[in-house]
Amino acid sequence: MLTKRIIPCLDIKNGRTVKGINFLDLQDAGDPVELAEFYAQNGADELVFLDISATEERRKTLAQLVEHVAERVNIPFTVGGGISSVADVDVLLHSGADKVSINSSAVKRPELINELSAKFGSQCVVVAIDAKQVDGQWKVHLVGGKVPTELDLFEWAKEAEERGAGEILFTSMNNDGTKNGFANDALAKLSKELTIPVIASGGAGNMQHFLDTFTEGFADAALAASVFHYKEIAISDLKKYLSDKGVLMRI
Amino acid sequence: MNIAIIDYGAGNIKNVQFAVKRLGYEAVLTNNEDFIRTADKVIFPGVGEASSAMNKLLDTGLDKVIPTLTQPVLGICLGMQLMCKHTEEGNTKGLGIFDVEVFKFKGEEKVPQIGWNQIEALEGALFKAIKEKEFMYLVHSYYAPLCKETIAKTFYGDWYSTALHKNNFYGVQFHPEKSSTAGEAILNNFLKI
Repeated sequence: MLTKRIIPCLDIKNGRTVKGINFLDLQDAGDPVELAEFYAQNGADELVFLDISATEERRKTLAQLVEHVAERVNIPFTVGGGISSVADVDVLLHSGADKVSINSSAVKRPELINELSAKFGSQCVVVAIDAKQVDGQWKVHLVGGKVPTELDLFEWAKEAEERGAGEILFTSMNNDGTKNGFANDALAKLSKELTIPVIASGGAGNMQHFLDTFTEGFADAALAASVFHYKEIAISDLKKYLSDKGVLMRI
Repeated sequence: MNIAIIDYGAGNIKNVQFAVKRLGYEAVLTNNEDFIRTADKVIFPGVGEASSAMNKLLDTGLDKVIPTLTQPVLGICLGMQLMCKHTEEGNTKGLGIFDVEVFKFKGEEKVPQIGWNQIEALEGALFKAIKEKEFMYLVHSYYAPLCKETIAKTFYGDWYSTALHKNNFYGVQFHPEKSSTAGEAILNNFLKI
């Protein structure tokens, strides 16, 4: 049977990890490759690298990083952040990324999803959506959640699927950073309306939250950053907990 | 040992080369017929869409080379599917090495299947010391049904083939290069055949 996936997210700035300070086992907690290897060895099912640097050199630095990760890490990984063209994706996939995630660039120019899935296949196109619930309506936000749009989360997710997205990575701005759990109502609706896998993001604070997002939110995968980086939850403990609760896990 | 990874412009194949390197071998990405014919092992990877990948094989003449190879050959993911008779994806005629047709998943399950699933009923040298129900990473929308050449099966809505074997030809639907240490062990088994 297909398992649910646990995905740590690493924020990258100028080729270095931004979070991830409390790892006593690591020589250099700022080295994304070492952190990625650590997670892979401890049971992570996939990894996501989100590049938040804004320098001119960012594309080159990111491609080099992707190649170093691909050389050493034996699980799949997705790269996102500032990707806006077929050429950007070509470089990243050829450097060894398994998938890319696109966000604001897809909202600004939805045809990008069609272009990427036609050229590289749907399996490597993750459409990331940041959304916030305002007056009962889930509205898509851009630029890391800072800029609101009139787009409805569910309509946009459906359009992304129809245009060829292989997965949806949904981050709830209401939940992100709260450590109060994932946005399971919205996730359940997404999962029901879409035929492609949905990755839950935003709000993980404890192990119960992961259980809830799989059983109530029907998420196919759950992504988190700080609970893993600050060692509040060890991935191996989390997967054993979920498995004991009846969620299919790769252990 | 000379290891050739067939490079025909179909998706990200560098990861296969990296995985082979982690096992202590160097593999060459190539579409050179002489090199491929004389290599000790040939890996035929592939990610992407079937008809455009098949067209690339036709353009380079590799469609004639691959079925006539005599050393161990391992097709991975789309590589495995192209080694079959036919695939529903783009209504594409395959290389016809495996006597089975490839179909799109139809049912209640999400498509593509993305993630870790278990391989079972393992047969032969490829799976030496690999435990039953081991987890492998899979990303695909099309599948080969069970057939007489099946050497591993997986359940996704129904049972299907996650590995095929005929003579010197092997095919795996999963990505051994992305399936942690167990995947690397399968790749290592292939290199030792």
